[in-house]
Amino acid sequence: MATKHMVSFKLNGKDADVVVEPRELLIHTLREKLLHTGPHIGCETSHCGACTVDLDGMSVKSCTVLTVQCPGARITTVEGLEQGGVLHALQQAFHEEHGLQCGYCTPGMLTRAYRLLQENPNPTEAEIRYWISGNLCRCTGYQNIVKAIQSAAKKMAAVPA
Amino acid sequence: MIPHSFEYHAPTSLPDAIALMGRYGDEAKFLAGGHSLLPMMKLRFAQPGHLIDLGRIPDLKGISQVGDEIHIGAMTTENELIWSKLLAEKAPLLVEGAGLISDPQVRYKGTVGGDISHGDPGNDHPALMLALDASFVLKGPKGERVVKADGFFLGLYSTSMEPGEILTAIRVPIPAPGTGWAYEKLKRKIGDFATAAAAVLLAMKGATVESVSIALTNVGETPLKASAAEAFLRGKKLDEATLGEAARLAMSICDPAPDQRGDAEYKTAMAGEMTRRALLSAQSRAAQ
Repeated sequence: MATKHMVSFKLNGKDADVVVEPRELLIHTLREKLLHTGPHIGCETSHCGACTVDLDGMSVKSCTVLTVQCPGARITTVEGLEQGGVLHALQQAFHEEHGLQCGYCTPGMLTRAYRLLQENPNPTEAEIRYWISGNLCRCTGYQNIVKAIQSAAKKMAAVPA
Repeated sequence: MIPHSFEYHAPTSLPDAIALMGRYGDEAKFLAGGHSLLPMMKLRFAQPGHLIDLGRIPDLKGISQVGDEIHIGAMTTENELIWSKLLAEKAPLLVEGAGLISDPQVRYKGTVGGDISHGDPGNDHPALMLALDASFVLKGPKGERVVKADGFFLGLYSTSMEPGEILTAIRVPIPAPGTGWAYEKLKRKIGDFATAAAAVLLAMKGATVESVSIALTNVGETPLKASAAEAFLRGKKLDEATLGEAARLAMSICDPAPDQRGDAEYKTAMAGEMTRRALLSAQSRAAQ
């Protein structure tokens, strides 16, 4: 067995310490060791985006990141979007605009949209479609996801964080 | 899918990384963004015993102008290329090319140096670098050397890098002001490799072509420089007849591998069409 590594990072603002083999993928650490099952396992080949989490200000597919690559990182999963029992503006907008049906892609969509709006608070429809193109949804046809992100962007602009 | 077991190393300096590669040799692989290597390891197409992560070496990142060149650290990510104001101004072909690579999440991690040194003919930077006449800085146990993109790509997953060498930086000559550019890429879906793609730099003198550079992606075992098409176009007007002949000459050097993206004939035809479109798009952006 390969040498195990102790890795410490912030997960949704709280300290997390794990001991992992180098080959352990971040998605498995999050789901199986840290019991954060928001990020989903979809394709496992970095195509579908269901496992998307926010890692040091980047949206990444956690099926294609090794946990040993993450010491000192700040990681946000969908569990970290809601604050004090209040849904994030994006979560509320996905609810109101019916931005999901089966919900499997939703945690990845939300974390990706979160980073998009951090980088571009007022994206056009074309920009939204381009910048969420790494997240596949097989239910909605994307229309209501785009509407939800637009709606959240408006609300977030009205109430500065 | 979980990779085979390996030891992980995260050096914080280039000499340390080179020393580690010297110690483990054939058993080791450098890890850049990990979006080609990790999927290959998960599918067990690659089973290195040691991974040497280049992600903690600060010298390998960044985009700067040095004289009449742009220098890009090999670990600079695709999204960093896309968002670079300097590249948008001085080498917009790279911005257009990077924007057509894979998808947003992959572009946060995927690096320009990884894309080049992997030697995959489906990758986009090799043809972009051929079109730009870029050079690559390679560092290894014997020191540093600088090699041209033209001649660097030897075959499928094969480059002129020696064992133990690291690609540390890419040097791109800044095209003359007024040079038009385009990267036209046909792909089946977001995240796919090109069925065929063409990179073009084009300088016009009045209505005629002063100089042109054309390189093709994924229609051979390496990126291809369409030299005959370039030579034909020099001094000519771009019209349906000359565009058609340039596309024909570009198609004549294609030897694509058939796969789910199409058979050889279709891919070759698409390389011709991408060449034609890239020439027209570059012309629309070139100073007349």
